Amino acid sequence: MKKLTEIRWHGRGGQGAKTASLLLADVAFSTGLYIQGFPEYGPERMGAPITAYNRLCNEPLRVHSNIYYPDYVAVVDETLLASVDVTAGLKKEGAIVINTAKNPEEVLPLLKGYEGKVYTIDAAKISIATIGKNIPNTPMLAAVVKASGVMSEEEFLGNMEASLRHKFASKPEVIESNMEALRVSLKEVKLYER
Amino acid sequence: MAIRERLSGNEAVSIAIRQVNPDVMAAFPITPSTEIPQFISQYVANGTIDTEFVAVESEHSAMSACMGSQAAGARTVTATSSCGLALMWEMLYVVASARLPLTLCCINRALTGPININNDHSDSMGARDAGWIQIYAENAQEAYDNYIQCVRIGEHKDVQLPVMACQDGFITSHAVENILLLEDAEVKAFVGEYEPEKYLLNEKEAVSMGPYDIANYYMEHKYQQKVALDNAKQVIYDVAAEFEKMSGRKYGMIEEYMMEDAEYAMVIIGSSAGTAKDAVDKMRAEGKKVGLVKVRVYRPFPEEEMVKALSGMKGVVVMDKAEGYSALGGPLGADVKAALFGRTNAVVLNIVYGLGGRDVRVESIEEAYGRLFAAVEAGGVPFGYDYLGLRK
Amino acid sequence: MKDNLMKHINEQNAWHELTPGGMIYGSGNSEHFNTGEWRVAIPTFIEDKCKQCLLCVPVCPDSSIPVVDSKRLDFDFEHCKGCGICYKVCPFDAITFKKIGE
Repeated sequence: MKKLTEIRWHGRGGQGAKTASLLLADVAFSTGLYIQGFPEYGPERMGAPITAYNRLCNEPLRVHSNIYYPDYVAVVDETLLASVDVTAGLKKEGAIVINTAKNPEEVLPLLKGYEGKVYTIDAAKISIATIGKNIPNTPMLAAVVKASGVMSEEEFLGNMEASLRHKFASKPEVIESNMEALRVSLKEVKLYER
Repeated sequence: MAIRERLSGNEAVSIAIRQVNPDVMAAFPITPSTEIPQFISQYVANGTIDTEFVAVESEHSAMSACMGSQAAGARTVTATSSCGLALMWEMLYVVASARLPLTLCCINRALTGPININNDHSDSMGARDAGWIQIYAENAQEAYDNYIQCVRIGEHKDVQLPVMACQDGFITSHAVENILLLEDAEVKAFVGEYEPEKYLLNEKEAVSMGPYDIANYYMEHKYQQKVALDNAKQVIYDVAAEFEKMSGRKYGMIEEYMMEDAEYAMVIIGSSAGTAKDAVDKMRAEGKKVGLVKVRVYRPFPEEEMVKALSGMKGVVVMDKAEGYSALGGPLGADVKAALFGRTNAVVLNIVYGLGGRDVRVESIEEAYGRLFAAVEAGGVPFGYDYLGLRK
Repeated sequence: MKDNLMKHINEQNAWHELTPGGMIYGSGNSEHFNTGEWRVAIPTFIEDKCKQCLLCVPVCPDSSIPVVDSKRLDFDFEHCKGCGICYKVCPFDAITFKKIGE
């Protein structure tokens, strides 16, 4: 039975939304899935709204278009809620995950009547507390994994640790702080369900 | 043992180049192919390969350097896109006529005007009659597999022609997907050593290449090139068969999808073929007898394969990711119509789509088939051709 | 003298008898191409007047003044195209230059 999960990322140039989509592709790949991770390419402008995508499937992927009816949407920068139609096509059985210090109820008015689940995560606060810098994509990645359930938390943390150990072999402190960011994020994600 | 990996098209083809370990790469960076010379430079700097990387000041120089290097007897590769390929134009013809089997990774991008960095096929389609073999990939896996085969195809003694290994810019080149890689040793054994019969750095036998060719000789030399391109077909099949034994992955001139009992066919090139396969599945589930022919090798044109695959169709829709400005349709449309002329009664509709990165969705493909159904229903198509995904 | 590897190549050859891409096998093939027949004027070497200064040798565009043991010999008329530069450069009137038939 084919099980396809489609995710759309909204961010701003320079915030790492593309990197987050590639990281998610990476970690899903290690769980044995077929994956796609790709941004919508154009002129590269710091601060301009950008979109990136993930397809995760238990069968080979052939389609090569952008995603118009995502199961999940991740918003890396909450200021986009006012300017970008982030819930366009978003399935109501799915969810939206927003990086904000606010509670889900507070952002509801900006979601144009979206009827599905709403998750919020203060990715800025978590990344500053753990990594020491505002790198929202790391906590966002954990929040998206939790919201979408594309893999279990144990699987996610295990694969992320292996991947970080591989990438930052010479900087063990980077590994621990990033892992902490992921763990905190998995705990602090807030859900609003009607 | 196949190696399971997740890579972008540019990464995949760079690994293929690393595994082939060519003698020389001369290249000038241009989006979206830039990563390829970048990765190869890193491999060279790290000592992973002993390729001589030549940093040049333009694509004209890149292709000139490649020509000199291949003529000298070195296995040579380059990569480019769009305007970069256009700047190579003059040398493309010279390389083909000098019968130098170098390889070019073409990361398809719109040939500017207005400036655009996204995907369509206008760059390589413009070079389709330069005497090069052209092979197109649907995804990163095919980009990788095709490149490895291209080296063998071009260098075959019956061929000796340059080969352009094309993949869609960004859509394939920058998207990360699952891929199966071959072991380094397998690729090395598959491509073997480049052993040209005549080459400039052979101290035992002097030769001169690229002489002025007067009218009394020119036509015979152009005919030799034509015969070489004809010969390439068999070599492409032979190399594919050998590749299949090693990898388990099958390749030919075209790929037919759900064509056995199809009545309506689409002919398409590149990444959109994957999207179209999903559309075909969806429409088949609705009881529509649709099929797909993906063009893998565009030059030499798969005339016989195309006629065989499309005979008996009620209608054929030919998809061009390039505007030919012939006022007759796109280049693939014109070629398919020429191949089918007098051999089938199918209604042939030509559609230009996906220019400059215009997204191609499953729904776009369904719409194209829908227009074909209407054309067959109407008993034919009007003069001219269609545009898909255009705001009207 | 080098072998003329191209001696079988001529304007009667079928396409498959020509080398790929017009490649020229071997070196020094121009020696086998008799350009002397292009000549409409002819230099004459007057050995008695020649001081063997050899000024004529490097200016000859067709390498048609053979030199052996530091001495020039008579012209190589197989390849001399009759341009007359040697005649112009000779300070000792050791070369005359006339239209053929005059």
